[in-house]
Amino acid sequence: MGVFVVRRLAVSFLILIASTFLMFALVSASGDPLADLRLDTSPNKQQKIDQRIEQLHLDKSVPARYLIWAGGVVKCVIPGQECDLGTTIRGQEVTTLLSQAIGVTFRLVTAALVLAILLGVTVGIVSSLRQYSGFDYTITFSAFLFFSLPVFWVAVLLKQYLAIGVNNWYADPVITLGFGVVFAVLSGVTWGAIIGGDRRRKWIVRGVAAVLTFAMLFYLQAVDWFTHPALGPGLILVLALGSAVAVTTLVAGLQRRNVLNACLVTAAIGGVAQFLVTPWLQDPKWASWTNILLLAVIAVVVAVIIGYVMGGLDRPQAIRATVLTALATGFFITLDQLLRAVPSYSDAVGGRILATIGSSTPNFEGTFWETQLDTFTHLLLPTLSILLISFATYSRYSRGTMLETMHQDYVRTARAKGLTERTVVMRHAFRNALIPLTTLAAFDFGALISGAIITETIFGWRGMGVLFVNGLAQSDPYPVMGFYIVTAVSVVVFNMLADMSYAYLDPRIRLT
Amino acid sequence: MPDIQSEDVTVTGPVAEAGPLTSIEREFTIQARTQREMVVRRFFRHRGAMAGLIVFVFVLVLAYTSIGILGLPGWWPQSYETTGTVQNGGAMTLDLLPPFVDGDGFAIGNHPFGQDDVGRDYFALTMRGTQISVLIAISVGIISTMLGVVVGAFSGYYRGATESALMRLTDLMLTIPLLVLAAVIGQISGGTPLLLALVLGLVLWPNLARLVRGEFLSLREKEFVEAARAMGAPNSRIIFRHILPNTLGTIIVNATLTISAAIILETALSFLGFGVQSPDTSLGKLISDYQAAFQTRPWLFWWPGLFIVAIALSVNFVGDGLRDAFDPKQTRVRA
Repeated sequence: MGVFVVRRLAVSFLILIASTFLMFALVSASGDPLADLRLDTSPNKQQKIDQRIEQLHLDKSVPARYLIWAGGVVKCVIPGQECDLGTTIRGQEVTTLLSQAIGVTFRLVTAALVLAILLGVTVGIVSSLRQYSGFDYTITFSAFLFFSLPVFWVAVLLKQYLAIGVNNWYADPVITLGFGVVFAVLSGVTWGAIIGGDRRRKWIVRGVAAVLTFAMLFYLQAVDWFTHPALGPGLILVLALGSAVAVTTLVAGLQRRNVLNACLVTAAIGGVAQFLVTPWLQDPKWASWTNILLLAVIAVVVAVIIGYVMGGLDRPQAIRATVLTALATGFFITLDQLLRAVPSYSDAVGGRILATIGSSTPNFEGTFWETQLDTFTHLLLPTLSILLISFATYSRYSRGTMLETMHQDYVRTARAKGLTERTVVMRHAFRNALIPLTTLAAFDFGALISGAIITETIFGWRGMGVLFVNGLAQSDPYPVMGFYIVTAVSVVVFNMLADMSYAYLDPRIRLT
Repeated sequence: MPDIQSEDVTVTGPVAEAGPLTSIEREFTIQARTQREMVVRRFFRHRGAMAGLIVFVFVLVLAYTSIGILGLPGWWPQSYETTGTVQNGGAMTLDLLPPFVDGDGFAIGNHPFGQDDVGRDYFALTMRGTQISVLIAISVGIISTMLGVVVGAFSGYYRGATESALMRLTDLMLTIPLLVLAAVIGQISGGTPLLLALVLGLVLWPNLARLVRGEFLSLREKEFVEAARAMGAPNSRIIFRHILPNTLGTIIVNATLTISAAIILETALSFLGFGVQSPDTSLGKLISDYQAAFQTRPWLFWWPGLFIVAIALSVNFVGDGLRDAFDPKQTRVRA
């Protein structure tokens, strides 16, 4: 395994050098950085030209320029040395611009990646298990549709209909009867498709889900939940217990009482712990991502202990299940805090909660939760735009691989041995279906970056994509190369991670 | 005993007419079909692919005949270049609702898609954009397919150093995000559509190269290759006349999917400003020019986008139908 990693590292390094040189040559050939100065009519024109030639090293040949630039990049990695990624046409240091822009783009791409994989794979697998049903046809057609949509068109459409529409609605949140009925029916149909079963069961599930959704919508409106949202301690406990049951169903099956009891105990402890934790979370000096991470670690440790003690014969599964339950409970507690910040945030931004420009509200001063909410609402639309297309790719692909896996001989053997469907799918087919997805993830990462470039331009984020587009339009080589080195390194790292997880998931690969 | 229920063979003769379980005389004729005929039959039975094909041909015919091409006049009276006065705020004169549903009856009017800021007819502009976008997409598809096939064939057949070099190049091109490479190359090429088509073809070939190489790796071990070599066939003949026809299925499917990817790529490039530039127009450029007008004149934004989606979606469906037609074993696990 070690040799594998070292070999991949060496190859990746060579690829990095080759691709950065290729890009540098192409960018240098794509335009003249002195173009605007040639048309300049001021008296010190020659001085300005000379200054720019000196800053951008335009007097040297392209390979020499590349070596100077590469030297500056290498200095980034050597500790104690300053990073020197060149200067823009206007004389700004690329390093400063890049350091501000990286965080912005990183948030966007990570959110889109994680959500696309989680949602896409889940939907693809559920769709493959319900092959040729209405749900399957709907998902397949939607995947085709999303795959053919241009990102920029979708982004502008979302900006108009989702953002401005939601903002206008939020000014006076009233759920019309028509919307309530349509939403309830759709929700009923979705639950019926997910839970499946024979005709009678499906219709019962659909009916119950529709009625419950309808009742819930109007109850929420009656208690004015949309202007003052919160989860409340009771609801958090209920959700935690529900997630305990759901996790047990997925991981071990409800018959495994050990696992179920362990998860229920974890959820109960989480439900009680929230009374302890909430005052800490609301204390402005204490609330920060490091502390929340600390809480998460403590929760995982407690969950592992509970799983270990109560697991009995199913100890590994119990530990997995309790950890997932603890994380889910933590998620609901955090969500509650975030929701409680909505009224004050809405007042601060004048009632327009879904923003369309920028990655955060400028000069925003608020509590930790309000700031997080601000980040989140700005992140929502761009992530959704990129997500749609990645989601389509993942769901189609995972559906295909899952179908292939389910038709294999070993799955038929497992069924013939009398294992429950849940065991067959989750323990045997699922892991093997994931293996080809790692290669897809490596490809899709490049597509996510391309999508991020477009969405940042449309939503006015000051991220790396904008750096790239503006730099290329103005024939400014160094910001473009700054963008490219960060992108290339992340693509290479991601490819390596994908290869290593491929080796982890498929033991046959480890031996080569 | 052939399965007479299969769609690929039809049974005629005494057995078929006599019904099941009879027949001592086993005289029947099976109408065998060549592989090409079977593929074509399966393709034409695929409803999604047929719908896609019809829509795509309709859009093509509409775009190329309405305003004419290369000096040949079209049937649409307006031109996409003549400016004029903006009537009625550039509103659409297309009316589809019948009178009893609050419309004025079916009418096309002078400017069915409205007018742009300087009074040009938007329908003609959209058609011109479609012409250019489709032209670029198809050219890119052809060029990248040829490049990908050549690279894949040579690296798969010759192995050794050739394969290493070509595959490293392919991997290199695959690590660069598509839009980044295409934008830089588009910027180098200026804005003319034909040159853009040529250079974008240099961006989309790596995927096909890998697939073709995979096919060649497995096919070069087959006996017919050994036989051809024993008979003294030169390498080029073996590649192009023996192995390549067997990979045609994969190539055609991927060429179609490349065309669909190319149209999305070209419109995205034109949207960002690195693709087709003034005075030519493209669907992406139209959307980019009028995205600010979305609040007041949304039709300026909707129509080019709908055309992009229609073209991409129909080509995707055709590609899917071709994939199912070439590999019938896939119909059970239709991806």
